Amino acid sequence: MTGALSSLDRPNTYIGRSVSRPNAKRLLAGRGRYVTDLQLPRMLHAAFVRSPYAHANIRSIDASQAAAMTGVHLIATGVDLAKLCKPWVGTLDHFAGMKSSPQLPLAVGKVVWAGQPVVAVVAETRALAEDAAELVAVEFEEIDPVTDVDAARAPGATLINPELGGNVAFHTRIESGKVDEAFRGAAAVVEETLLFGRHTAVTLEPRAIIADYDPSEERLTVHHGTQTPYQFQDIYSRHYGLREARVRVVAPDIGGSFGMKLHVYHEDMAVVGLSMLLGRPVKFVADRLEAFVSDIHARDHRVTARIAVAADGTIRGMEADDVTAIGPYSTYPRTSVVEGNQVVRLIGAPYRFRDYRADLNVVFQNKVQTSQYRAVGHPIACAVTETLVDRAARKLGIDPFEIRRRNIITQDMYPYTSPTGYTFERLSHEACLDKLHALMDYPRLRLEQEALRKQGIHRGIGIAMFVEITNPSPAFYGVGGARISAQDGAIVKITPSGEVHCLISVGEHGQGTETIVGQIVADGLGVDHGAVRVFTGDTDVTPHGGANWACRGAGIGGETALQASRTLKRNILSVAAAILQARPDDLDLRNGEIVDAATGSARLSLGEIARIAYFRSDTLPGGVSPQLTASHHYTPKGFPFAFTNGVQACHVEVDVETGFIKILKVWVVEDCGRIINPMLVEEQVRGGVVQGLGAAFFEECLYSENGQLQNGSLADYLVPMACEMPDIEIAHVETPTQDTELGAKGCGEAGTAAASAAAINAVNDAISPLGASISQIPMTPQRLLRALGHA
Amino acid sequence: MSGRVPVSMSVDGRTVDALVEPRTSLGDFLRNDLGLTGTHLGCEMGVCGACLVLLDGQAIHSCLMYAVQANGRAVETVEGLTERRAIADIQKAFHERNALQCGFCTPGMLVTAYELLSHGGAPSRAEIRDALSGNYCRCTGYEAIVDAVDQTAKERQKQAGCPQDGRAAAPGGTKDNAA
Repeated sequence: MTGALSSLDRPNTYIGRSVSRPNAKRLLAGRGRYVTDLQLPRMLHAAFVRSPYAHANIRSIDASQAAAMTGVHLIATGVDLAKLCKPWVGTLDHFAGMKSSPQLPLAVGKVVWAGQPVVAVVAETRALAEDAAELVAVEFEEIDPVTDVDAARAPGATLINPELGGNVAFHTRIESGKVDEAFRGAAAVVEETLLFGRHTAVTLEPRAIIADYDPSEERLTVHHGTQTPYQFQDIYSRHYGLREARVRVVAPDIGGSFGMKLHVYHEDMAVVGLSMLLGRPVKFVADRLEAFVSDIHARDHRVTARIAVAADGTIRGMEADDVTAIGPYSTYPRTSVVEGNQVVRLIGAPYRFRDYRADLNVVFQNKVQTSQYRAVGHPIACAVTETLVDRAARKLGIDPFEIRRRNIITQDMYPYTSPTGYTFERLSHEACLDKLHALMDYPRLRLEQEALRKQGIHRGIGIAMFVEITNPSPAFYGVGGARISAQDGAIVKITPSGEVHCLISVGEHGQGTETIVGQIVADGLGVDHGAVRVFTGDTDVTPHGGANWACRGAGIGGETALQASRTLKRNILSVAAAILQARPDDLDLRNGEIVDAATGSARLSLGEIARIAYFRSDTLPGGVSPQLTASHHYTPKGFPFAFTNGVQACHVEVDVETGFIKILKVWVVEDCGRIINPMLVEEQVRGGVVQGLGAAFFEECLYSENGQLQNGSLADYLVPMACEMPDIEIAHVETPTQDTELGAKGCGEAGTAAASAAAINAVNDAISPLGASISQIPMTPQRLLRALGHA
Repeated sequence: MSGRVPVSMSVDGRTVDALVEPRTSLGDFLRNDLGLTGTHLGCEMGVCGACLVLLDGQAIHSCLMYAVQANGRAVETVEGLTERRAIADIQKAFHERNALQCGFCTPGMLVTAYELLSHGGAPSRAEIRDALSGNYCRCTGYEAIVDAVDQTAKERQKQAGCPQDGRAAAPGGTKDNAA
């Protein structure tokens, strides 16, 4: 499926090799440098007094006792920080009609979720700050909390943001083709309401930030556990009125992020203000309970959907109604409507039907904000689609593989534009389905299932196809007015000994960015991988770029690095040509040596060129000015997104007496375009699948009716652990994008996109012979027993 | 605010004398007072395993113990295990298999793996998963970690020349990496 062979296809290329991550050795030795670990001179610590109520007016704040404590340096209220910080509003222009109220670091006058920070206390240690916070007396007057999405929209509902005139943040409708006609003529119609609970990222290192304002230079340095340092440089500068060039954001080692660490958080903004008020570094690390009540949550969707099928299983049309609740405000700067928008636009994505209608309602409520978390909307769109397809297949007596084969977009149809307006350059559904069928030995599993069923053992097999959005262009955020870059930049330079530094705007949080960028630069230049050192995550050092979100590191960052190294190689060859009195085209750089391009015979080492260029440029012919540093910026310019695809299968065993489910195995066939490092791709997929299985079986932020989070600890909120997770077998199909020379697309969210859908289908496959079905995740034992009529 | 009390303990083979607040956890003491930041805090309630250290040779949650309770005892952290090369083969297997991503859970995983493998023998994959079930990892999905521990156990058995019987890890001694 690829075009002509390029240097990337040569036998000794680094592209496509499972190189281990050089930077992982440091982490293995306990020598990581996470923000949590950092201690700076004069550093103080912040703790927050938080609202115990989901919705209340603040009557009074008395901090006199706390302020009198030895070791307490500052107590700040919402009003204090509002004098410094310009409010932020989480809306984007391309979401027509969307609304959200201005936000400030600390509550002013009113609180809108339980856990909202109200007062900040800064002291010499965190323990002291917490002691003092306990002495701050805040008097609240409760208001009826809005927690239910239907009650929120009912006439006369309490308004969370009265100035907005309602509790609906955004509504949109997509309509394509003749949906009513499609349903009227259908052989079968299946309808389902699916419930997706709230869950959250639970990064093992919670959010951590140190703001260090130096009044003598009016300089702000923020050490921040974030995926998007450049975005925060912009935000801190604009909202605190600081010169952008004097704001530095450094993202060192980060203990997990998954989309959660790119949103603006109230505490983080407060810490910047506190540091400015004190002229000293102020550190805040969320503890686990604080993480649960302040990190963004995700999902919280109720989708009612219908599918119309012809007798042969051809999908005639789909209709969906998604209601999602997002907390009291839309997050900044990416908003909280992107997930819902992606749900309604990705439903049905693998299939070629044209008649589609969807409604999306995004509703405010008095709970923590929701926003983008790994796979944003994909797991919901995928579960809705794949559950309905399976149910239609069951109704018509068609095998799940077969109904999908009859409906997928096929190779003769690309480029293909979906009814929701997404254009797919080229996907590989047929190849992925075939590969999965063989990989899992589907016929054998079905026979085994039948045999075990006779012994009272209920196993289920579920499959789910997915389409994933990666390599986003400015169409994602930029067009809506967000100052979020869709481009990335790389600087590649030769050191005086002939080694290589690459400074790049995409970041490293364990997924292996530094490794793949190193592979690409080594390949693009023609040097040993070990000679390349990659630097990321420091706005004073690395070029401005989008950094890490929506699976863009390899596809956009990788292409940037490739093109920068190509430019540098041309520069090197022109210097070499001047020294050797040859033509640049007749030379090549291979394994750190300038060689004769035709014969491969060595002429000069890269180190010798660097020595001459840096120390003896007087010996070069006049007019030769060596440029041993090159930079490149790259933004996707072809298709607005590089869509990827794949299919997953899940095999489970359901204990129909206890409701416990054993996950036996998961298989994934994925196509992320050109694979730079197969081991790292597979580990991204495995980690992603397990996050999807967590959502499917365990994870849910449980709230009381009055908006209190009831399981804000790792003992009460269940995350997937080693003993309950299966082995995951992975295979690849490679359909490189033709938009770039590298051809890579993203892979970070593919695992999460379809894992819960495959799990739901597997469980339903196990229990459908008992006349039961389940349509809510997480599929807890209690819910399963209820579905089976036992509870 | 409360008064500090003297403690004396062995940390990574060296005697440490310090004054600590009685409420300071062992984890906070190691990290903040001694600068041994390899030990991480993830939940501060003994669930996630990021803070595991060895106390008199046994893995314990340093977030659930006060520093004063370690008085007179021997604490070993991931830094100490690394320095005396007690886990060099496990670290190598983790590196080659990419059994870590963000690395925040890794020190705790290594302590669990060290303890599991110090019993000798070759645990099954199910036994490895069971042993690791008190260590939360959000990044990897666990399979690579299971593979790395499995690989190390097998290498140790091969080195010891006894395919069935354990005792592969020589107690206390330094051990070169498997080639």
